Amino acid sequence: MIVAASFLHDSDFIGLLYIVAFSLFIYGLSGLTGPNTAVRGNKIAAVGMVVAVVATLLLPGMGEWGLIALGAVIGTAVGVPAARNVKMTAMPQMVALFNGVGGGAVALIAWVEFRQTDGFDGEALYVALFSLFAAIVGSISFWGSNVAFGKLQEILPGRPITIGRAQQVVNLALLAAAVACAVAIATGSDAQLLMIGLLVFAALLGLFVVLPIGGADMPVVISLLNAFTGLSAAATGMALNNTSLIVAGMIVGASGTILTRLMAEAMNRSIPAIVAGGFGGTITAGGVGDDGTEKTVRSTSAADAAIQMAYANQVVVVPGYGMAVAQAQHAVREMAKLLEGKGVEVKYAIHPVAGRMPGHMNVLLAEADVPYDQLKEMDDINGEFARTAVSLVIGANDVTNPDAREKPDSPIYGMPILNVDQSQSVIVLKRSMNSGFAGIDNPLFYNPKTSMLFGDAKASVQAVTEELKAL
Amino acid sequence: MLVQNLAILVLAGFVGYAVISKVPNTLHTPLMSGTNAIHGIVVLGGIIVLGLGADGWLNKLLLVIAIAFGTINVVGGFLVTDRMLGMFKGRRGERT
Repeated sequence: MIVAASFLHDSDFIGLLYIVAFSLFIYGLSGLTGPNTAVRGNKIAAVGMVVAVVATLLLPGMGEWGLIALGAVIGTAVGVPAARNVKMTAMPQMVALFNGVGGGAVALIAWVEFRQTDGFDGEALYVALFSLFAAIVGSISFWGSNVAFGKLQEILPGRPITIGRAQQVVNLALLAAAVACAVAIATGSDAQLLMIGLLVFAALLGLFVVLPIGGADMPVVISLLNAFTGLSAAATGMALNNTSLIVAGMIVGASGTILTRLMAEAMNRSIPAIVAGGFGGTITAGGVGDDGTEKTVRSTSAADAAIQMAYANQVVVVPGYGMAVAQAQHAVREMAKLLEGKGVEVKYAIHPVAGRMPGHMNVLLAEADVPYDQLKEMDDINGEFARTAVSLVIGANDVTNPDAREKPDSPIYGMPILNVDQSQSVIVLKRSMNSGFAGIDNPLFYNPKTSMLFGDAKASVQAVTEELKAL
Repeated sequence: MLVQNLAILVLAGFVGYAVISKVPNTLHTPLMSGTNAIHGIVVLGGIIVLGLGADGWLNKLLLVIAIAFGTINVVGGFLVTDRMLGMFKGRRGERT
């Protein structure tokens, strides 16, 4: 018995358990590459997490069981109901929040490490450097994610909040101040104020970087913050000499970086430009055309829209954030079923940055039981618009804006878009003629092929559905 | 130790890059929330620093908060990912 017990606490054995844990993470994540294996992949990764926690609890000298349990119980009591009850439409803010607390944990751990070792006295320099890096990035991630949460939850205004040009100077100064604190600590100072200063400067930086970012840029920001938290976790692992933390954190860092780059590419914007903030803003929603003539929009009724779609060969639904806000996904699915019953082919065109996080629209449509094979990525569907009778744009704006293709002076010029204007007719569901988050006017709305159906997206779709039933 | 750990760090970066590059757009949200759950592994950091001996009530308090944060991240992240993926899976079952 004694032999068995001591073997359990052997550091090589614990090291082996960590290898099992991170192998399960990698294997689980590779399962996420396909819808058939994804559920199992996620469960495998969760098993890996259990293995990693058990291994850690076996570390020789482990104690304070009561306090560890207290933290775990509080975390579970908060996390489980939140995850169970969150609506699919609120998923971006939930992910932002979960990401933020991860970053917060990293920053707190680094802070305590500093306090415990009297400013990393007697520790190797690299331990201090990785801990300080973790503290800065973790703090940025915590506060940045909370601002992102606030914006998505509409506690804070979604529009860019900025103090103008000075913003970037202030941000650089904050970063410099945080790094200066870190340098002072790494070179031997153990002043508590320096560490608190570092955390506060990084916190302010997190706030000021995310506040000026508009809602449409959220997919990039959330991916970036996810990468940040991952990297800071890896740094914590370096400081604590813990392989499972290093591997898990680094994998998340890599995946977050890939997603950030994909999102930025889908908007044809550089990551620094997005982080620097302020998109559009100077361009106002116009009722006046370039040549000074009044631009007019044609509005339509639910009955007309229903007839138009019922006799179409193919309807392509283009969902955007407006669909998420109105929670219209189930109504859309019901309408699509009716159309399919009338022999109309229905497809969904998903722009990579539609919504507020990567893949946001796919999750909502999956929730509404839309078949996987009807969800088309941008490159697959763009060739089809020319032979599509009706494109139904539901609360999407910038991702359909032809200016991105045609007007070199437009702020979104060069961004790949869904070419809905090439279809034979377009119906746009929109709350009002206010321009989107980016504040950029969309010539699609003034196209003679386009008719506008104003109102709440869900109510409009339901009205169209009723009309379809009556046909 | 430093050099070995750096080697692990760099290799893990490449592995992560290789694995994640293959994920289709459709699964980006579950991927994000799944990886999000995985970085909740920082909870281990909290357990290690607390369990192997933290002095003073403030340090302990900060670490309990860190463990709670990490647990929210892990438990919430995996659950929410499971819920999302369940929807993708359920629909597939319907068709077969």
